[in-house]
Amino acid sequence: MSEVKKIATRESYGNALVEMGKIYDNLVVLDADLAAATKTGIFKKAFPERHIDCGIAECNMVGIAAGLATAGKIPFVSSFAMFAAGRAYEQVRNSVAYPKLNVKIGATHAGISVGEDGASHQCLEDLALMRAIPGMVVMNPSDDVEAKAAVKAAIEHEGPVYIRFGRLATPVINDRPDYKFELGKGVVLKEGKDVTIVATGLCVAEALAAAEKLAADGIDAEVINIHTIKPLDEELIIASAKKTGKVVTVEEHSVIGGLGSAVCDCLSEKCPTMVKKIGMYDIFGESGAATALIKKYGLDADGIYAKTVEFVK
Amino acid sequence: MDKLALQKTANEVRKGIVTAVHAAKAGHPGGSLSAADIFTYLYFEEMNIDPQNPKDPDRDRFVLSKGHTAPGLYATLAQRGYFPVEDLVTLRKLGSYLQGHPDMKHIPGVDMSSGSLGQGVSAAVGMALAGKMDQKDYRVYTLLGDGEIEEGQVWEASMFAGHRKLDNLVVIVDNNGLQIDGKVSDVCSPYPIDEKFKAFNFHVINVDAHDFDALKAAFDEARATKGMPTAIIAHSIKGKGVSFMENQVSWHGTAPNDEQYAVAMADLEKVGEALCQK
Repeated sequence: MSEVKKIATRESYGNALVEMGKIYDNLVVLDADLAAATKTGIFKKAFPERHIDCGIAECNMVGIAAGLATAGKIPFVSSFAMFAAGRAYEQVRNSVAYPKLNVKIGATHAGISVGEDGASHQCLEDLALMRAIPGMVVMNPSDDVEAKAAVKAAIEHEGPVYIRFGRLATPVINDRPDYKFELGKGVVLKEGKDVTIVATGLCVAEALAAAEKLAADGIDAEVINIHTIKPLDEELIIASAKKTGKVVTVEEHSVIGGLGSAVCDCLSEKCPTMVKKIGMYDIFGESGAATALIKKYGLDADGIYAKTVEFVK
Repeated sequence: MDKLALQKTANEVRKGIVTAVHAAKAGHPGGSLSAADIFTYLYFEEMNIDPQNPKDPDRDRFVLSKGHTAPGLYATLAQRGYFPVEDLVTLRKLGSYLQGHPDMKHIPGVDMSSGSLGQGVSAAVGMALAGKMDQKDYRVYTLLGDGEIEEGQVWEASMFAGHRKLDNLVVIVDNNGLQIDGKVSDVCSPYPIDEKFKAFNFHVINVDAHDFDALKAAFDEARATKGMPTAIIAHSIKGKGVSFMENQVSWHGTAPNDEQYAVAMADLEKVGEALCQK
């Protein structure tokens, strides 16, 4: 097998902004002194007059974006997930979501795959925070192709959107001619009958690899990619749960409030099913190489495989 | 509008504030009354607005960053014709569009939802920035409380506005000297306010918030100021116009009962009658 192409979704974000910037002249990008890391620097190079560096002041940046949106701009606010969803949470809630303004939040460096910077920068709560805000669309694309599609879909959706991007270069898994991105629709990447693995973000590629290992053991796993956490594709998840009777969720996020919780919220009400949540269990991360951390916390193919085997037996 | 007409209008705005808060049995009369003359000057003299076309992209904008003084804004918008004055008594009631704090989705003339202190000023900065990017000549006004400027976000926004030389932005601080827990100078002093804004590259004007000649001079000076935003420090009296509320911190967020309401309205009627004799 040839070497799989790997791209960090933050890179996809920067590139997509440039492509969309060519189409939408009211698209503006805000950053808080992290343009080199969030990759909005790529947009800055192409459209310097539409790139607004707000300095290290994320709360103000979100408020400025709200003001820009009232005047017809489509602002993309960019920072690390920790600061966009964490520090500026209340600004996102009160200045953007409550007035339902057309602001898009492009949050990079989400999850434990931030790596060496450690726990202070590894946001594991952003999906929970953003999910809880009324009317907020929450996306977590799984690769380069999907990240670009998510940016486009965010623009086409009128209203506040949160998109989570990663720092780590991850495999491109959606590069196929028939790929189609539909906001709020999950994607069955592999059909199966014994267990459903619902994954999001970089965990999707790991879940696919885990499914291969499970197949070798005679366990036929269905793999669903949930790129839109909210609104959740409940229909797809319920249908799959009915078929397999067991659901595993995988996310690079706290098991409190993220994808796993969203799936449980849905299934407990509409199709009670045993669910095993794989994610961060009420703990902070730590410094280390991203891949080593993903392995340590069981979010890689081996970890997903082991936990799924234990769950289905 | 001449000075006398502005004074009469401000008196009607004050009646609207007291009436709305009394009917709601809750709300913030003190800071609404201190800013009543500023609201009146902005909406009846200074701003380029049209109540018939509240979403005109070329209009001037106003953001009430000290959103708890919504009764002041609502009473002014009603007087200006954005919605019926009679609706003021629905303030804060279930089903009313007149929410406890400004809600741009439902209230005609409200340019930004606000209420969480420190946030409105950033939105105003964003509006001013959009005006510059689009080469439009609309102006943006935002009103902050002197307690509100204890919020760090105010200074983030001010640093950005000064840096970007947003001369289409006017930040007004309603300096009535009182916040919920007492005197601003006792709680966590923001003084010197003027020097702080100067340090953030603002043109700064100190003004008597209850003198329409002085307000006119200040807003004219702001309009003539190029290359930097203007901060108007408006020295005001909390509760202005209602005898028993003036300079009383207890009237920050308390509604008058029926008896107090009658006294307040009598105070304002007396002022109104005196103005009619002029």
